[in-house]
Amino acid sequence: MKRRSFLKSSVATSVLGVAAGAGLLTPQMVLAAWPKAAFEAKTLDGGMEAALGSSNTIESGEIKIKAPDIAENGAVVPITISTSLPGVDTIAVFIKENPVPIAATYELGSTTQGFISCRVKMGKTSDLIAVVKSGGKLYSAKKMVKVTIGGCGG
Amino acid sequence: MAKKKIRIRAKMKGSVTEVKALMSHPMETGQRKNKKTGEKIPAHFIKEVVCEHKGNKVLVANWGVAISKNPYLSFKFSGASKGDMVKVSWSDNKGESASAEAKIG
Repeated sequence: MKRRSFLKSSVATSVLGVAAGAGLLTPQMVLAAWPKAAFEAKTLDGGMEAALGSSNTIESGEIKIKAPDIAENGAVVPITISTSLPGVDTIAVFIKENPVPIAATYELGSTTQGFISCRVKMGKTSDLIAVVKSGGKLYSAKKMVKVTIGGCGG
Repeated sequence: MAKKKIRIRAKMKGSVTEVKALMSHPMETGQRKNKKTGEKIPAHFIKEVVCEHKGNKVLVANWGVAISKNPYLSFKFSGASKGDMVKVSWSDNKGESASAEAKIG
C-alpha cells in the first residue's frame, strides 16, 4: 500500500514536471483565482454575491436562455445563453434548486461574443438563471426547466 | 492510441470564429456513492478552462460540479483568421490538466 502511494505520488510529480516543462501548466492557470466561495455558496444570493459582487440584477429581455422545457436527463441539460447586451465581461449560470446554485462563470475577452453553450446537471425542476455583466451592471434572465430524473447523483 | 482528452472544432462564419470543444472528464460531484462500498466517490471536476487565440485569453470558464460529465463548451469570438490556432486548456481540482489546439477552418 505504501509502495503504491509512493509510486503514485512520484509519478504524479514527474508528470507535473513534464507538463510544466512543456508549458501546459502556465503560472496563470495554476494560480488563477477560482472563486471558491461562490462554488461553496448554498444559496442563490450567496453564490451571486461571491461570484459577481452583488445579488441585485436588472431583469433583461436581451438575454436569451435556450434550454429544454422538460429535461429527460437531469445529468445532461444542454443550455445556450446569448445576449445582445454590449460589452459583456461575464456570463454566470445558476441553477436555483441545486445544492450549490452556481454552475459556472465565463469571463469573456474583448472580442468574444455574449454567447455560451454548455451542459449542466440539474438535481430537480428549477429556475435556470443567467446573469450577464455588461457595462459594470448585472442583468439577468431566467427559465424554468422541469427535470424528470435528477442529475446530481446519489 | 490514447483517447483524446479535448476535441476542438473551430470554424469561421463570416468574421466570427465559432469554437466547439468536447472534453473527457468524469466531473464527479462528490455526492455519488460507490454501490459496493457505500462510500462517496470523491469530487473530481474541471475547475478552469482557458481558451486562447494568439496568446490572448478569449474565454476563461470557472466550473463547478454542476457541469455535466464529458463537458461540452461552445463560444464565439472575432478577430481571428482562417488558419489561426485556437487553444483550449483545462485544469481540475486534483491538479490534473490537459490542453489541445485546433486550426480555425
